[in-house]
Amino acid sequence: MQNKMSRNIYFIPYVLWIALFVIAPILLILYYSFFDIEGNLSLINYQKFFTPVYLKMTLSSFWYAFLITGISLLVAYPTAYLLTKTKHKQLWLLLIIVPSWINLLLKAYAFIGIFGTYGVANGFLEAIGIGKQQILFTDFSFIFVSVYIFIPFMILPIFNALDEMNPTLLDAANDLGASRWMTFRRVIFPLTIDGVKTGCQVVFIPALSLFMLTRLIAGNRVITLGTAIEQHFLVTQDWGMGSTIAVFLIIIMFLIMFVTGNRKQGV
Amino acid sequence: MSNKLSPLSKAFLVLIFLVLYAPIFFLVFYSFNSGGTMYDFKGFTFEWYKELFQDTRLLIIVLNTLVIALLSALIATIIGVIGAIGIRSFTSSKAKNTLLSLNNVLIVSPDVIIGASFLILFTMAGIKLGFYSVLLSHIAFSIPIVVLLVLPKLQEMSPTLIDAARDLGASRWDVLTKVILPYILPGIFAGFFMALTYSLDDFAVTFFVTGNGFSTLSVEIYSLARRGISLNINALSTLLFAVTLLLVVVYYFITQRVRQTGMGGRR
Repeated sequence: MQNKMSRNIYFIPYVLWIALFVIAPILLILYYSFFDIEGNLSLINYQKFFTPVYLKMTLSSFWYAFLITGISLLVAYPTAYLLTKTKHKQLWLLLIIVPSWINLLLKAYAFIGIFGTYGVANGFLEAIGIGKQQILFTDFSFIFVSVYIFIPFMILPIFNALDEMNPTLLDAANDLGASRWMTFRRVIFPLTIDGVKTGCQVVFIPALSLFMLTRLIAGNRVITLGTAIEQHFLVTQDWGMGSTIAVFLIIIMFLIMFVTGNRKQGV
Repeated sequence: MSNKLSPLSKAFLVLIFLVLYAPIFFLVFYSFNSGGTMYDFKGFTFEWYKELFQDTRLLIIVLNTLVIALLSALIATIIGVIGAIGIRSFTSSKAKNTLLSLNNVLIVSPDVIIGASFLILFTMAGIKLGFYSVLLSHIAFSIPIVVLLVLPKLQEMSPTLIDAARDLGASRWDVLTKVILPYILPGIFAGFFMALTYSLDDFAVTFFVTGNGFSTLSVEIYSLARRGISLNINALSTLLFAVTLLLVVVYYFITQRVRQTGMGGRR
């Protein structure tokens, strides 16, 4: 049909975008992962990845991402739940989201001031008699700041899931004699599991790859997969090794999406 | 509305809001500190703001950031709308889903991967790192969100509208400009707006593809923050926070309008 012809013509820019900026980059990463630092074709990067140094880094990166996601979930779920009970819930939700619109680096920078040696946090610790502690450049500060940054992204999908839930179901559970805990475990949580999955997905994957936070807040103590990739691409210029780590990060990403998977397609 | 929040729940929500906003107000507060540090408030001053406005290098960077954001949002919106119309015109749901999955790759990919792969792409293609590489990558990662925001509007539009217009003798161009585009306009606005915030907010991707001579605000803040505390950043963040709030208000009203005009038929 004539329909099809003209469609193909105006569709070109979009298809070009998919080819150049979606498919090509992934293939290029894969391609580069097979070159060593001198530009020779080899599998050395994959061998290196399976040495204890890199495996340990991958595991610790996972562990941090896991902690960050877990703590975010523990804080976000009750928050989202209580938010749905407030009067002007959409407005309150908006107020939760506003901080996420502020540049991440500025928030990290704020914490450099707060957690610094003479910062507010230490002032507080001194006032209650604990005394000055090294807070900045520790695991604690890294996890705290990450959770702080990701909380809105965890609250949003859970809030939406809770908001869509039919309230009569709760009445039904109540009438049938379920305790509050039982109602939560058997009715509320299963019905909002999609929101939880989405939330974990949007927190876990970035948590694996944040490199600016590890640099600014954790002072190179914490090395995540993202930090390693940045290091290889921009500092040591070993693009092959960086690409190899990126390949594994992509694989992990697909695995996570598969596990937390088939959420309703966007449209 | 029905069940009142208990005092404990209220306290919890208040605590969450306090923690979310404290760092931001902390930054704003110390931007007026004449002492020059983020502790020990010595006295009120506008010195840092004055210094900020005299820093021509920084002002040029702000200008760069705005130009990149506006241009990339504009181009991404055009290509995204084309893409959404194209995706919609496919009849087989298999082709549609394949395209949508490809579309979403850049949304779920971690920034580090996008940045690293674009760096390889630009280097291979011989594009010099600087303004154009940053602009191209911002266009690239903004397109999918535009598509996702425009598509639901298109799907909500009844195909009989187009048939009616064709029957009444409208040319294809007329159908596009007089029927389709006005109908999906709220989606287009929302898409443009999201693309704008994506671009303004991005750090990681820009950091990879920016090269030496060119810088955006996020990258500049990062390099300043790595050097330590300087209250210029606080002054800058106060101004950015004000702009963000303004954008949030505008966005809120746009989405309210979308909700009002759009929700009717669906769900």
